[in-house]
Amino acid sequence: MELKEAMAGTLESGDIVIRIAPGDGLHIDLQSPVEARFGRQIRAVIAETLEELGICDACVSATDKGALDCTIRARVTAAAVRASGKDIWKD
Amino acid sequence: MMFIPGNKPGMMADACIYGPDSIMLDLEDSVTLAEKDAARLLVYHALRSVDFGGVEMVVRINPLNTPYGKKDVEAVVKGGVDVIRMPKTETADEVRELEAEVLKVETELGCPGRTKLMAAIESALGVVNAFDIAKASPRMMGIALGAEDYTANLKTSRTAEGTELQLARQTIVVAARAAGIACFDTVFSNLEDMEGFRREVELVKALGFDGKSIINPRQIEIVNEVFTPSAKDIEKALLVIAAIREARSKGSGVISVNGKMVDRPVVIRAERTIALAVASGILDREEAL
Repeated sequence: MELKEAMAGTLESGDIVIRIAPGDGLHIDLQSPVEARFGRQIRAVIAETLEELGICDACVSATDKGALDCTIRARVTAAAVRASGKDIWKD
Repeated sequence: MMFIPGNKPGMMADACIYGPDSIMLDLEDSVTLAEKDAARLLVYHALRSVDFGGVEMVVRINPLNTPYGKKDVEAVVKGGVDVIRMPKTETADEVRELEAEVLKVETELGCPGRTKLMAAIESALGVVNAFDIAKASPRMMGIALGAEDYTANLKTSRTAEGTELQLARQTIVVAARAAGIACFDTVFSNLEDMEGFRREVELVKALGFDGKSIINPRQIEIVNEVFTPSAKDIEKALLVIAAIREARSKGSGVISVNGKMVDRPVVIRAERTIALAVASGILDREEAL
C-alpha cells in the first residue's frame, strides 16, 4: 500500500502521537514513560493494528503519554488512514 | 449527562469514576474539522473497549448533512453506543432520516432496533417543531435544549435569569411529556459560578426537566442534590404508596393519608418520588416495592 507521511494524536496525558512514513518492512520507534513495563505490548498493538489495515511496510514513530490500548489502536488507525488515503468507514 | 470532548482520550477513560448518570462523547462542536476523523476513531474504540461501569453511553454526532454525519453513525453503532444525540434538530424528517441510517448499520450487524435516539433542539424552528420531533420515532428517548445556538438564532444572548430560554424550556418539557419521553436542560458554562448553577438546576427541576447536561464533574454533586428527593418527601411518598395498596386490596378506590384525601395525581407524584429515590441510590429497590 502506498503511503505518504502522516500523523495523529496529541502529547496530552492518556494520548499517544503516531507518525507514519513510507518504509521497507515495519520499523517502530517508541518513546514512552512506561517503555520498560509496557513497551512490548504497545509495539504489538501498533503492529497488529497496521497488519489489520494491510500495512506491512512503514516507519512508525510513537510518543506515548500513557495511552490505553484502545487509544493506541485509534491513533494508529487515524494516522494510517491519513497516510494511505483509504478510510475505514463507508460514505 | 456529562459532556466529554471526543478527542480527549484521557478524559474519556476517567469519565465514569465521577458517577454521572450518562456520559456524552462529543464528535460535534468540541472537535475541529481537521480532527473529526481521529475523534470518530477514538470514540469507536473507546465504546468497544473502555469499561464505563455500566453508565449509559451517548454520542453527539455531526449533522447528517455534513461530510461527517453518516460516518459517525456507522462508527458509533458499530461501537455499541446506547443513545445517539442528534444536534441542531429542526424537523421530524431529520429524526426519521437518522433512524434510517442507524437501521442500515444495525441490520448489517444483525441487531436492528438496538440504538436509541435523542434530539437536541437548538433553534426557533426546532422549538416550534418540538412535539413532532419528540414523537418522530419509537427510538426517541429524549429531547434536550441547546441554549447557545438557540439564543444566537433568537438574536439574543444568555442571561443569568434565563428569561430568553423560558419559552423554549417550557415547550420542550411539554413536548417531551406529551410524547412520553425524557427532557434534559442545556449546559451551564461558568464553572466559577456554582451558586448560579444551583439556581439554574433548581429552576429546571421545577419546570419539570428530568436532568441537566453538564460539562464538568464538579457539577454532578449539585445536580444530584437538587434532583434527589428529601427524606421527608420519600417518607410521605412511601405512606401514599402503602395506603393505595391497602385500599386496592380492600377493593376501595378512595384513600386518605393523615386525614387528607389522596387522589390520582398525588399517587403519580409519589411514584415518581420513589423512582427518583431508587435511581439516586438513597432508597433500596426492595424497600420501595
